[in-house]
Amino acid sequence: MALPLEKYLRVGKLPHIWCPGCGHGIVTQAIIRAIDETGLDTEETVIVSGIGCSSRAPGYMNFDTLHTTHGRAIPFATGIKMANPELNVIVITGDGDAAAIGGNHLIHAARRNIGLTVVCFNNNIYGMTSGQYSPLTPRGSYASTAPYGMFERPFDLCELVKGAGGSFIARSTAYHTRHLTNMIKEALKYEGFSFVDALSQCPTYYGRRNRLRTPLDMLNWLRDRAVPASSWDKMTPEEKDGKFPIGILVNQPSTELTKVYGEVMVKAAAEGGRG
Amino acid sequence: MNGSKPKLLQGNEACVEGAIAAGLKFFAGYPITPSTEIAELCAARLPQVGGKFLQMEDEIASMAAICGASLAGRKSMTATSGPGFSLKQENIGFAVEAEIPCVVVDVQRVGPSTGMPTSAAQGDVMQARWGTHGDHEIVVLSPSSVLEAYTLTVTAFNIAEELRTPVILLMDEMVGHLREKVVLPEKSELVVRDRAKPDLPPGQYKPYADYGDPAKIAPLAAFGEGYKYHVTGLTHGEDGFPTNNPQAGATQIKRINDKITYRKKDLPQAEELFTDDAEVFVFSFGGTARSAKKAVRDARAAGLKAGLIRPVTIWPFLEEPLLKAKAKKPKAVIVPEMNLGQIVRPVKRVIGDTCPVVGLNKLGGQYIEPDEILEAVKEAILRGSAS
Amino acid sequence: MVSDSPYEIAVNEKWCKKCGLCIAFCPKDVLESDGGGPIVKAPSQCIGCLLCEMHCPDFAITVKRRAEK
Repeated sequence: MALPLEKYLRVGKLPHIWCPGCGHGIVTQAIIRAIDETGLDTEETVIVSGIGCSSRAPGYMNFDTLHTTHGRAIPFATGIKMANPELNVIVITGDGDAAAIGGNHLIHAARRNIGLTVVCFNNNIYGMTSGQYSPLTPRGSYASTAPYGMFERPFDLCELVKGAGGSFIARSTAYHTRHLTNMIKEALKYEGFSFVDALSQCPTYYGRRNRLRTPLDMLNWLRDRAVPASSWDKMTPEEKDGKFPIGILVNQPSTELTKVYGEVMVKAAAEGGRG
Repeated sequence: MNGSKPKLLQGNEACVEGAIAAGLKFFAGYPITPSTEIAELCAARLPQVGGKFLQMEDEIASMAAICGASLAGRKSMTATSGPGFSLKQENIGFAVEAEIPCVVVDVQRVGPSTGMPTSAAQGDVMQARWGTHGDHEIVVLSPSSVLEAYTLTVTAFNIAEELRTPVILLMDEMVGHLREKVVLPEKSELVVRDRAKPDLPPGQYKPYADYGDPAKIAPLAAFGEGYKYHVTGLTHGEDGFPTNNPQAGATQIKRINDKITYRKKDLPQAEELFTDDAEVFVFSFGGTARSAKKAVRDARAAGLKAGLIRPVTIWPFLEEPLLKAKAKKPKAVIVPEMNLGQIVRPVKRVIGDTCPVVGLNKLGGQYIEPDEILEAVKEAILRGSAS
Repeated sequence: MVSDSPYEIAVNEKWCKKCGLCIAFCPKDVLESDGGGPIVKAPSQCIGCLLCEMHCPDFAITVKRRAEK
């Protein structure tokens, strides 16, 4: 039922800095609800973020929290997990943070299968700097740096992570809050690298430029484009146009990196190394 | 490794052994000449001693990862050379601002850019000082022998942990790839300092407490110890949360500068040789100081009153030995360095018009030979006598 | 007003940014706009679906079972 907000939030730091109707509070709530329902110990859970609107979330969350540099949350988190594999390490990142400046780190964390849960607050725009296009901005959408419409091709982040070897990948939206919470829960339970593409809305810098005048318009826009993963594969390319699948997209368990490294340590201690 | 038996070690290898002796538990790095042996040896050695190694996807990630591991309570290090050092700079600034202890090794090579990857240079003196943006003090140490690559790495960790700050170990290709017979100190002879732990309960712990005294630095809790605190690269208050208050912001920046300048006297000082009665001083650091030492000895053998000042701490700049030299009204201060003149700038600032400050600079990865320095000493004495 | 609903809705006005999502998502018209922020107009109609709470970007609306008090 109702979330014990005082347990999971630094209530003294609220209200938050996000604009009215911003989806990031919805996704943040989904994360703490998933943590609550999964029963993770708040003292053994670390939240790491990069730079951008999304990356302000950890400041409001009552855990050990680390707000790093632009794009670099994943390698900071990698160091934490390597240093203390007992910790649950959650990364909160945005689409600019994860897919542009930090894209290299995202694919390598997926390749390594290090036990991080990465939740991308994907509002397909740079909100903090007031509305420049990101690698996730749909073609034709307007942004302050795409005044004639987005002319570049966007990424499909889940496909990118899949191509990099990601073994748990899910997607949901700020419209589908219960579903989103469940996706994050499954990601938290997964031992290796888990990635959740959480589509969020930026009414201020995306909506206003793209005829989605209210937060509700934006949520409905997310709803109308989302297709359950189970139906996605049966659709024709024409039917898929402009839409995206939601649900668990990849779930192929594989041994987590720090576990593998534990074996390296045993081997090193026994052999004394070859170098 | 340690004990009275001499071993043939490379500077880069000695750095790794020193780091392990100091308690290194996590290394993240990226291959780059001429520092790569440090990563390779860490990959082999760390898992043997309960530590961990990760080869990251790039230099930026390496710097980020060691910050993360340090916040999780483990002594951490990375190593690189000029181009990689440039890439790490933003996260070095993060470590400065967020006060995260860690050690960054830069084995200098010829630059700018890719330059001459396998050749020695000393062109990162100013990058080490000012590579990251904003007002900050930084501790930079420069070894000039294999043994010192070992001992100074231990010292670098001690300073990093005590002052809660990144420490740069500024090596050069000459020292990094040099092989010397060394007798490493016994473990019992080493001073190894560990991080202070908070003595306040989580509710009262201030990770960035300002005690109004630069001698006192807030202890750093490790993530997972129940303190549930916040770390950010944004200018922050004593509780670690961002602040837009100009006063609080200014105070915080001042504090992280003051904690280092206050401890300048405790940092490794300069090695001095024949400075008591010297008429000409040679001021030299790192690999080049090896030639300088030989030149000064040869000068003395020839009856010339030369003296050596070899700063072990490069930054903050050690004025003291130069001020003592200045008081002797020397004929010249000669500053040999493998660049177009970097450490010579603060030397000129301290010496002023007292005497000529002569840069002896060599580029293209060529070592400065003792005879070249000896010639400069002779010339300075001749000129000094003529005037 | 005595409510028939086993649920109780609380709005934290200090955190609410008046985006209107809670009102839009309520399937039972329990909430209404006071010119921006929500007021609980028909508490007895609340079915405890949490759509308002979970769509609130501001952590400003909570739905509790009365017994939870």
